Amino acid sequence: MTRTDPLDVPRPHAQLHFGVFFQGVNHWTIWSAPDSGSQIDPASFRRVAQTAERGLFDAFFLGEGLRLREVDGRIHDLDVAGRPDAITQLAALAAVTRRIGLVSTSNSTFNEPADLARRLSGLDLLSEGRAGWNVVTTDNAWTGANFRRGGYLDHADRYRRAEEFLTVARALWDGWGDGAIADSAGAREWSVPGAVRRVRHRGPQFDVDLAPTLPRSAQGHPVIFQAGDSGEGRDFAARNADVIFSAHGNDFDDALAFAEDIRTRLRGVGRPDDDLRILPGTEIIIGATEEEAQEKKRWIRLQQVTPATALGIAGLLWGIDLSDRDADGPLPKEDPVVTENDGSFGARRITDPRTVMAEWRAKAEAHGWSLRETVIALGPQRGHVGTPSGLADKFAHFVRHGAIDGFNITPYLIPDGLDDIVDLLVPELQERGIYRTEYTGTTLREHLGLRAPLIHRSAPDRRQAG
Amino acid sequence: MSGPALHLAVEIDGDGAHPAAWRRAAHSPDHLLTPRRVAQVAAIAENAGFTLITLDDGVLPPGASPDAVGRIGAVERAAFIAASTSTIGIAPVVPVTYAEPFHVSGQLASLDHISAGRAGWVVTEEERPEAARAWGRQLIADAAARARESRDGVEVARALWDSWEDDAVIRSVATSRYLDRERLHYIDFTGEAYAVKGPAIVPRPPQGQLVVLGRPDRVPAAHLDVALVEGRELAEVATAAAAAGTPRVFAEVDVALDTPQATAAERVADLERHASWRGRRWLRHVGSADQLVSLLAELSRHVDGVRLHPLVLDEDLPVLSRLVLPALSERRLVARPLPGTSLRSTLGLERPANRFAAAAVAAQEDAR
Ligand SMILES: Cc1cc2nc3c(=O)[nH]c(=O)nc-3n(C[C@H](O)[C@H](O)[C@H](O)COP(=O)(O)O)c2cc1C
Repeated sequence: MTRTDPLDVPRPHAQLHFGVFFQGVNHWTIWSAPDSGSQIDPASFRRVAQTAERGLFDAFFLGEGLRLREVDGRIHDLDVAGRPDAITQLAALAAVTRRIGLVSTSNSTFNEPADLARRLSGLDLLSEGRAGWNVVTTDNAWTGANFRRGGYLDHADRYRRAEEFLTVARALWDGWGDGAIADSAGAREWSVPGAVRRVRHRGPQFDVDLAPTLPRSAQGHPVIFQAGDSGEGRDFAARNADVIFSAHGNDFDDALAFAEDIRTRLRGVGRPDDDLRILPGTEIIIGATEEEAQEKKRWIRLQQVTPATALGIAGLLWGIDLSDRDADGPLPKEDPVVTENDGSFGARRITDPRTVMAEWRAKAEAHGWSLRETVIALGPQRGHVGTPSGLADKFAHFVRHGAIDGFNITPYLIPDGLDDIVDLLVPELQERGIYRTEYTGTTLREHLGLRAPLIHRSAPDRRQAG
Repeated sequence: MSGPALHLAVEIDGDGAHPAAWRRAAHSPDHLLTPRRVAQVAAIAENAGFTLITLDDGVLPPGASPDAVGRIGAVERAAFIAASTSTIGIAPVVPVTYAEPFHVSGQLASLDHISAGRAGWVVTEEERPEAARAWGRQLIADAAARARESRDGVEVARALWDSWEDDAVIRSVATSRYLDRERLHYIDFTGEAYAVKGPAIVPRPPQGQLVVLGRPDRVPAAHLDVALVEGRELAEVATAAAAAGTPRVFAEVDVALDTPQATAAERVADLERHASWRGRRWLRHVGSADQLVSLLAELSRHVDGVRLHPLVLDEDLPVLSRLVLPALSERRLVARPLPGTSLRSTLGLERPANRFAAAAVAAQEDAR
């Protein structure tokens, strides 16, 4: 395979950043294979985090869901489900890892700033500057049924609340000056006089008056991640985030278009356009040869898309309960029933089922596919498949052309699913000069090569375009 | 009462129970909020043979200037400690006056998973009006309303711990089912102030239910595993213990011990120049290790355990671990927790049956 001449590309020295996303709820984590481990045993989390750290990853991520998924009003029982509270689990991992970043997905709608900012700050201190916060914004009333506020429906307000939430959190994180605590046992006061500032915030969403209880961490405050794809979500990221956890990492052109869009938005808000790292979620399947990798992919897809899961996915498209059909038979004859909102959560909402279904029918007929084969071939596509060397060339192309800054890898097996990536792919990436050979910093912000937290930059800093 | 006569818990928040404890600490103030410090104190407590560590907390600063005003959240510290210890029980203080019971329940259940069944929960209240302003919530002003929040918070947390039966994850390859949805339950809690639907996100904790500790005048006895009782005199403690109506009773005891460098009285006097040791209605022992051993032996006739609040951790913990616990252990008054044992079984408490599973069995029997 020919390699790109590094000097011929827009970002010759670009580095690939890896995170690992320990998925809590989905059918992509294989649970039925003999080497599928526990999704809740602390040993699984430790094993994945330590493997990622051995592979010099930037970060270990946890997602969040605040209500168990349902389909048609019944708890969805086919997928992996059940997971620990993210910040609590990550605080435990802080004790058994040294360098890797620890990122919590935490909702800005169903938390309060004084509480969440403090919990994240605690994680940041216990990990000595390795914490990250993936700000998510669920707005459905359905999740609200588990909280004091009850339903929370106003879609228009969710990013407004998230933004004000961040403003309050940042004020709390910044409430203590540097060196706020006395550094000598003989000091007259525990904290340096005047170093702890009270935060008074009165806004449309929050009315908070509080003396924060924690100092800044080694990285200032937790690194801010964003995961949401709407225009509002992207604008929110451009204004506030250090990293985007995107869903645009399979196809080069799609990834590049997304990255260009984000860079435009960054310039629009006066930030340098290299100020944000874009880490799409992805699955990576490795084989010694191309054929072996494809063979492995087939096996993995059959584990992920069981007959019941295939019927479930097709059922959402058709808007009909198909659970008693034969997944290995042909596609259903019926036309799809188009519903507004069928109360199914956790599955993609399909915008135009008739068109999608017509395409499914045509392709299934042409290839002689069963329903399950059709779902596997045409359902949500994910990830990269290949040999270590082929994948390394591909990723070098992606990163040097500015389509991505790295990947947030979703292992299909817990807890050993990262092993071949760390053992086989990472050395190839290192050989190409696009992956670190040792950690050069200690904080997550340093791993990601980020500038100082936004709040610590003066206005002129912000205008220096990159 | 089963096993040894007395279980020893130790409160390890900050530098000790005295607000000015930091002035006698063996480290500089800026070392307090570091992982090394958190791990170090926990290791000393575990090695000494304590049954349980508790970690005080609240949304407001732990004290007022010139004393310490910083504190890492108790749940985060507890999780960190759980991963760096192996046998000691760990119970963070979590008030539910303004917090979301759904979050609290999940955090604590996670702590129990992380610690393999060594977790407890000390239920307290956010009493000061400033706490409401910090949370941006309506003030819950009177004691009765705060007690209602504690009661409802504990009830919701406990119901959520049961909302997954123990064997809800079935991984049935034959049917493609990861979960048995019949073993997952909505809790449909409706209180005076709010409603919570459930089920939990976190599978049932290893202990089934965490060990819940709290003051019996704040949390109904039926919701407590361990009542934390007060009293300035032994007789008062004995009366409170007898009235508690909970499976286990622990007495709260402030302690300041003689060290090789200074007597307990001198140490207290030194700190009293700076601030006053909060006048709590607890037993207070200021004196030698031997006298403390006698006091604890006396107490063991009335309570199942004692929670010690050392004046200064760096000074009192070494004395407790070198003199007090060994002496009690020699007299067979305490035993160190065994590796691989849950906090519940260390305390001689049964692992509770799941309320929903029990209900299902009862319904089947009714149908017969
Ligand atoms: C890659 C990715 C991962 C996400 N992970 C979570 C998650 O763990 N928990 C969650 O509540 N939402 C998660 N989200 C959802 C987003 O936060 C957001 O609510 C959703 O995308 C809708 O926002 P939008 O309208 O801006 O796209 C994720 C989104 C993306 C793209």
